[in-house]
Amino acid sequence: MFVQHFINALGLGALYGLIAIGYTMVYGILRLINFAHGDIFMLGAYFVFFATIQYKLPWGLGVAIAIVGATACGLLVDRIAYRPLRGAPRISALISAIGVSFFLENLAVVIFTGMPRAVVQPPWLMKPVILGEVRLIPLGLMVPVIAFVLVSGLLWVVYKTKPGLAMRSISHDIETTRLLGVSVDKIIALTFALGSALAALAGIMWALRYPRVEPFMGVFPGFKAFIAAVFGGIGSIPGAMVGGVILGFVEIMSVAFFPKLSGYKDAFAFVLLIVILLIKPTGLMGERMEEKI
Amino acid sequence: MKRCFLALCVVLVAAGVSFGADTIKIGVVATVTGQNAFGGQLELEGMQLANKLYPEALGKKIELVPVDNKSDKVESATAATRLIESDKVSALIGPYASGPTMAAGEVAEKAGVPMMATAATNPLVTEGKKYVYRACFIDPFQGEAAANYVFNVLGYKKAAVLTDVASDYGVGLANFFKANFTKLGGEIVSDMKYQSGDTDFMAQLTEIINQGPDVLFIPAYFAEGAVILKQGSELGAKFRFMGGDAMDNPDIVTLGGEAVEGFLHSAFAYDPSMPEMNAEAKAFTEAWNKEYPGKAPNANAAMGYDAYILIYQAILRAGKSDPQSIRDELEKSTNVPTVTGLTSFSAQSHDPVKDLGIVEIRNGKKSYIYTIKP
Repeated sequence: MFVQHFINALGLGALYGLIAIGYTMVYGILRLINFAHGDIFMLGAYFVFFATIQYKLPWGLGVAIAIVGATACGLLVDRIAYRPLRGAPRISALISAIGVSFFLENLAVVIFTGMPRAVVQPPWLMKPVILGEVRLIPLGLMVPVIAFVLVSGLLWVVYKTKPGLAMRSISHDIETTRLLGVSVDKIIALTFALGSALAALAGIMWALRYPRVEPFMGVFPGFKAFIAAVFGGIGSIPGAMVGGVILGFVEIMSVAFFPKLSGYKDAFAFVLLIVILLIKPTGLMGERMEEKI
Repeated sequence: MKRCFLALCVVLVAAGVSFGADTIKIGVVATVTGQNAFGGQLELEGMQLANKLYPEALGKKIELVPVDNKSDKVESATAATRLIESDKVSALIGPYASGPTMAAGEVAEKAGVPMMATAATNPLVTEGKKYVYRACFIDPFQGEAAANYVFNVLGYKKAAVLTDVASDYGVGLANFFKANFTKLGGEIVSDMKYQSGDTDFMAQLTEIINQGPDVLFIPAYFAEGAVILKQGSELGAKFRFMGGDAMDNPDIVTLGGEAVEGFLHSAFAYDPSMPEMNAEAKAFTEAWNKEYPGKAPNANAAMGYDAYILIYQAILRAGKSDPQSIRDELEKSTNVPTVTGLTSFSAQSHDPVKDLGIVEIRNGKKSYIYTIKP
């Protein structure tokens, strides 16, 4: 029984983590909470839904379309709503982000209608493997594995490549980096592209795991993932992943150990969040305070 | 030229005003986006069908004015206020779901505009209200009927319940089911909870499977209920699943596939698969199939249709279309034939007494298998 809960928690936590990375990357570089991130996640899920279920394209192609589509949307959001505000006070960009979020949600209602739609999962992803008392579906295993691979890839980009070096440099001092001849806007666009691609992938896996898409599907996961990012230490990529996994575990395990209190699983998660932040205000893997402000 | 245009405008505006006096407006607090859009959309289509069949009363055109409530309580109150204050509607038809209906009902009551709830089954919806009526049965009856069916007809002695603690409907129905099931001698082996908007029920389902019930009762809305059924089958649940009226959806098999085979739910006494239909139900089914070819109707569509008919009949009887007259006539409704049976109201009760149906998914099809009389 515990093993089953463990696997459920890992699957949920990995998804939170994947979404959280998008928040943490943008925050790390721009000190901007990109509220539209959950809506890019929603768009990714819709793109894959339309490609594979409405137009019957193969899944591989559908996933590619969703990633390209969501990345394009992410870049567009940065270009239109954030870049013109780069010199403005931080609060203006934050309000702009909230505006973009509402805009994307309502645009989705207009284009896709508000009716939730069901995602038909490919049967091979759902065929259960039974090991004693534990039931595994291939999808349940794939989610944490893919999440791990993506995070490793991302860490490689950030710590081993030149654009990655530029990203880290921007996160320390945007003006000095610009003086050093780095095309700051391009690197920031790249950050948004990477974050949006990850959000799209998370959206696809979410839509497969919880098989429906609707215009407001990004709100709750986005909210939870943002919490995971803060919890893990916002600005830190491994921190976001760890935060996500811990949040997934707290939610699942609180139900497992206190079945009578199953209606309060979110309360458990948030109480833990508050306690951790009281003890360690920068989050589990957050950097020193001076760099944050 | 410019003056000509202005004159035309004046004529058009005047025409619009006089046209306005010749229409009776019925406001609809509709639910076409958000988690309850599955049922809400069908209700609205049912009302629009009724409006098409009965477009006029007292020599005036009846106009439906729908405003979306986004499946939200606060938005429901806002929508009702807007319909009453700016559209000056004569009557309201309520949103899908009990919580939002209570919010809109509060506004209707204060403004003195009659409101007909569609599928809001929680007893509190009409309690102490002079202006709020409903077209459906209520949850004390539904919970009792469901418990009876499960215990006596199916012979299940151990039940589990998975409740949405954020929905008035879910909490109410779960309590009525549990009380009746234990009164009959059954045992509730697991009582788990979740919140509207949740998508992961794995932990709760794993625990329920561990307790080994014969049946799991889920008084859920369709958006979450469909996911619960899917995840239950993923986890290899061996017990039966049973839902309430909110799990009624024509697309359940398309959405749920093999996971919904054998699923049971209680329903307002209408389904296109029912063996014996009354005259109203036959007329409704026929008209629906003509209006929306290739799309199956369900009990929600029928409730939307019935709500419109009840208001329409009250307007005809009153001979007037002001809110107060409609309210007074609604209260005198006696055995009005509707799709889901005869509907009567009285000063003591704004809740009609109606049959309840049991629907089962058999061989990949929705089948109406049983009727429970109150």
